[in-house]
Amino acid sequence: MSTPTIPRRSWAQRYHVKGIGWTVLLLFLLVGSAQMTGVNVGMFFSNLGQFTNLLVRMSNPAWDYTTVIIQPLLETIQMAVLGTTIGAAFAIPFAVLSASNLIHNRWLRGLTRLFLDLVRTLPDLLLAAIFVAIFGIGSTAGVITLAIFSFGMVSKLFYEVIETIDMGPLEALESVGATKITIIWYAVLPQILNQFISYFLYTLEINVRASTVLGYLGAGGIGVFLQRSLNEFNYNQTAVIILATLVVVLVIDGVSNHLRRVLL
Amino acid sequence: MQTTITTPSRRHSLWQRWGWLLWVLVIGLIYFWTINGLKFTGFQESASAVSKSILHGLVHPTWSYVYDGSGEDLVSLILQTLAIAFLGTIVSALISVPFAFWAARGPKERYFLRSGSGKVVLTLIRTFPEIVLAIMFIKAVGPGSYAGVLAVSVHSVGMLGKLFGEAIENMDRGSEEAIISAGGRSGQVFALATIPTIMPEFLSYTLYRFEIAVRSASILGMVGAGGIGTPMIFAIQTRDWSKVGIILLGIVVMVLLIDSLSEQLRKKLI
Repeated sequence: MSTPTIPRRSWAQRYHVKGIGWTVLLLFLLVGSAQMTGVNVGMFFSNLGQFTNLLVRMSNPAWDYTTVIIQPLLETIQMAVLGTTIGAAFAIPFAVLSASNLIHNRWLRGLTRLFLDLVRTLPDLLLAAIFVAIFGIGSTAGVITLAIFSFGMVSKLFYEVIETIDMGPLEALESVGATKITIIWYAVLPQILNQFISYFLYTLEINVRASTVLGYLGAGGIGVFLQRSLNEFNYNQTAVIILATLVVVLVIDGVSNHLRRVLL
Repeated sequence: MQTTITTPSRRHSLWQRWGWLLWVLVIGLIYFWTINGLKFTGFQESASAVSKSILHGLVHPTWSYVYDGSGEDLVSLILQTLAIAFLGTIVSALISVPFAFWAARGPKERYFLRSGSGKVVLTLIRTFPEIVLAIMFIKAVGPGSYAGVLAVSVHSVGMLGKLFGEAIENMDRGSEEAIISAGGRSGQVFALATIPTIMPEFLSYTLYRFEIAVRSASILGMVGAGGIGTPMIFAIQTRDWSKVGIILLGIVVMVLLIDSLSEQLRKKLI
């Protein structure tokens, strides 16, 4: 009978070298970033008066401004709907091209995915700034920004859905000699349609949130009024805009969450 | 003996048969309203010329801007952007922990008053636009990256608090029960069971939020809150497309690097 041996801890384990190392690295990075960004905790508290003053002025919303912003708010929703639709429409072929169970050519798949990764790195406001320069101030720039932004996001969500489908129906159709298009139409589409719609609605939610600030750089919608009120120091109007945006976002989220629950 | 085989009757209700028509009608109306409502401002005459110069600028970036040792070059500003995102994320992760315990539904909670109110507060924080926060902090501490750090710290609480709270709701309560049954006090349960159980998930979500913060820190500069966004918006306004090109390249490389680094770390954690 062998005597049970107590598992021995290595030197690194005994002295928590890993944990201490990570902590030191984290602290080093924290101090470095604090120095680089000029963080000054005292200054924040000594200027807290100005910040609370802003909040106080915001806590007294100018309710009669509501009538002014209804139209731009609706425009914001319209921008989001159109942008998401265009983006999702373009995303479908790219999603098919990057799904590993449909496309067996590794190079084609890799290239498509690399392209999608690159598109996804660009922040929405940055795209908006560039498209305002191209298309001029107005909702066109906003729609195109949202289309590209949702294209990057939707195509990734879509190809992940496609990769999870059951391959049985595809093989059945393939074995009777169906073409690629027929296979996609009769075997792939019925399996993914509900999830596609669900992700479409999810992207729409995110786009409604995003579109409310795009106007800040001139890309149409409620953001234009947000910028105007901030520039004119009319913080009571800013408060109305933020509250109205909140209501719209909550309503859209609620509707879309309900629809998604019904779908899945 | 002969039995007649009856096929199952395919009697659908009116709704089942014609319901889809209603959906088509609703969706059609939404798109009709959308396309009618939006004024297509059309392409400016300069659109194609501007697009061409943007493309030209992207192909011929101002390489000299990458590093010139002045502290206002691409590398220093990208580092500054990362510092804003990093510091903001760490601070917001610390603030989020109490918010998460506030908003997480407890196993014995009855009417969800506490967790419900916490969830409402987190939703409010999440919906408050980040650039408005940045502008408000600029009024308080002046333009610069400090305002960016504060904006990221506050705004991220909305999402991190929600994710942390969900992690607490779904955590495995086994180790907590073990400490309780061994006679541990609530402080000991918290320190020895709760925290170690949820720590990996908290860290993973924090890293994920850091990825998002890097993106938002790179645009906060557009309203004057430090980082790479400030030279970006100046370059766009002065139509210096070669500079826009090099900054775009810088942002793309930075985001790709951070995303893959964070993904590696997150894979190790869970």
